[in-house]
Amino acid sequence: MSGGVDSSVAAALLVEAGHDVVGATLKLWGGPSDSGCCSVADVDDARRVAQQLGIDHHVFNLTEEFERQVVTPYVQAHASGRTPNPCIECNRSIKFDRLLERSDRLGFDRLATGHHARVSPDGPLRLLRGADGAKDQSYVLSMLGQAELGRVLFPVGEMHKADVRAHAARLGLRTAGKPDSQDVCFIGSVEGRQGFLSDKLAFHAADVVNGRGEPVGTVDAVELVTLGQRRGMGHGTDGGRHYVVAVDVPARRVTVGSAAEAVISAVVLPAATVTWVDRPLVDGARAVAQVSAHGRPAPCAVVRTGDGLLVQFDVPQRPVAPGQTVALYDDADPDAVVGAGIAA
Amino acid sequence: VSDGAVTYLDHAATSPLRPEVAHAMATALAEPLGNPTGSHRPAQRARRLLEESRDEVADLVGCRPGEVVFTSGGTESANLAVFGTLAATPAGRPTSVVSSAVEHPAVREACRAARSASVSWCEAPVDAAGVIDLGALAELVDGATALVAVMLANNETGVVQPLGAVAETVRARSATARVFTDAVQATAFLSLAELAAGADLVALNGHKVGGPVGIGALVVRAGVELAAQQHGGGQERERRSGTQDVVGAVGLAAALRTAAVERCAAGRRVGALRDRLAVGLEHSVGAVHRTVPAGVVTLPGHLHLCFDGIEREELLVALSERGICASGGSSCASGALETSYVLAAMGVADSRSRGAIRFTLGHGTTGADIDRALEIVPGVVASLRHDP
Repeated sequence: MSGGVDSSVAAALLVEAGHDVVGATLKLWGGPSDSGCCSVADVDDARRVAQQLGIDHHVFNLTEEFERQVVTPYVQAHASGRTPNPCIECNRSIKFDRLLERSDRLGFDRLATGHHARVSPDGPLRLLRGADGAKDQSYVLSMLGQAELGRVLFPVGEMHKADVRAHAARLGLRTAGKPDSQDVCFIGSVEGRQGFLSDKLAFHAADVVNGRGEPVGTVDAVELVTLGQRRGMGHGTDGGRHYVVAVDVPARRVTVGSAAEAVISAVVLPAATVTWVDRPLVDGARAVAQVSAHGRPAPCAVVRTGDGLLVQFDVPQRPVAPGQTVALYDDADPDAVVGAGIAA
Repeated sequence: VSDGAVTYLDHAATSPLRPEVAHAMATALAEPLGNPTGSHRPAQRARRLLEESRDEVADLVGCRPGEVVFTSGGTESANLAVFGTLAATPAGRPTSVVSSAVEHPAVREACRAARSASVSWCEAPVDAAGVIDLGALAELVDGATALVAVMLANNETGVVQPLGAVAETVRARSATARVFTDAVQATAFLSLAELAAGADLVALNGHKVGGPVGIGALVVRAGVELAAQQHGGGQERERRSGTQDVVGAVGLAAALRTAAVERCAAGRRVGALRDRLAVGLEHSVGAVHRTVPAGVVTLPGHLHLCFDGIEREELLVALSERGICASGGSSCASGALETSYVLAAMGVADSRSRGAIRFTLGHGTTGADIDRALEIVPGVVASLRHDP
């Protein structure tokens, strides 16, 4: 229970269904943050909702694990020019690993969260997009496999957000009208990514060059530049916008190109990063790739290579930054996640 | 999972209201109470109850009535002691505050907040038993020291500090340094009249003694300069403004009185129950360590244990599910457990303090509670243990 409306209603639905429910809020981050999932105010909201539902509530302090497994890798990845998704790493190593293990040890049958996603029980478990497409969170859960899916519940996955809020309002829960969280929980909305990283990372200025290697500008922090980025990259001689087509952190060089140049036809997912919801796709299988939380699904073919997967897009796409998760959905059922990997 | 029974072993967090206290407070509330500063009869009645309570508190803690300042609780008393003493020392001159490394946050954070360009703060270390190192303390005290804060007994471990020796050490180094003791945790079982006699300032409260939450006192010995930190109507002889909580004061006095009457017998009784719990758990649960070494004087109700291979957060949840109330030590504002600086100061390894749990017994604890704990805790520990 993050103190948001989705997990509040998830807990409420389970209580209404007659389950024996205990609420838990994770304290993940001790640093200053006004937007995240673990400010004192959010914990208070979660606790109050638990009281209103008549269930016990506990706070679990996993700040050390979060720092080690999410924040530190996030900072290190930026140092090497990668753009990771910390929510996915938190789900992978904290919520659906550490917390799931704890829930098992404490004798609970299931771990429920407020994610907008569904688990379909026919045959091997399938991970499906949430019923509310606009709020779907299957992307950030795409690393889950059978072992996890068999032990989790996503009670609001069948609902539209407006209905979730209406349910919370009917129950008089104080989280009913609380705004959705948008940002990375450990980064305050005022300091931003740059402010957060500036304490922990040395930024380096870099030259911005065009495809012919001619200098066209500079940036203050090459570590903050993302492949495909448009902002701050200026315009070409034809007046068209520039996009980042390559970032070389050690060489302190950012290469930009036109919209037509800033496209890729394929992305490599190293084997060590690839996970499957159930069975691996066969070589050359058709799939639909999604490269960000609410990115547009892109039809593709998935080719098995010696050291991972090559995702070949039918239509060229904006570049996928190294470190970004690529979720693969079933070609026959574009709501069903089949697996995921992290772009090399 | 739980049969609804509750075994309350968290008296150090708050000790349930004693029936004698509830009765005394109900009696006070039964007739109209005015504002004790007023002149009409209900006001005079309130004033009488307040001063009766003050007389009683003074008698029980071994001071004069005029030395008792009623406050809202332990934290306010500690803040008043620290900031009130510093504000009464000449400004601008370099001044230091020394505290033990295991003080309650009410003292520790007050000291931290009191630091300024002219006020420094340092902590005197404790040994592996959690007892203050008097040699190191002596080194830290000098003519610039305004205040030395050493608690009478620690809230997490129950370790009792040698306050008489602390006071002697301080006096030998400085004629002007004030000795402040946070006696909040000790009050239920120890005689403050005897053990806190060497302190210039003594903080205590109601709810750790079976009295109400929201009332406390700071004993300010005659001749000790203290500048008020809360300004207003000049109550409490201009040391703490604000309309006094008369019913709270009645409750505090009743709690201290009841505790004093029972003290010797209760100490023996609770200590024996605590020892039975300790020995029983040591026998039935392998790989459990008493955090405080044998032979160290602790409060009779405290049992601090470190379970190997256990996450205390998990143990507390599982125990709570079965109606056993214990504590993991220090929590932050959100309620999340934090690494204990008290255990760290004692040199307890992080790996061991991860499984640290505090059981605290008190006035209502019975043999049946201990039986039930001994029946439930070993199975819970076994179910949660994971290989290191």
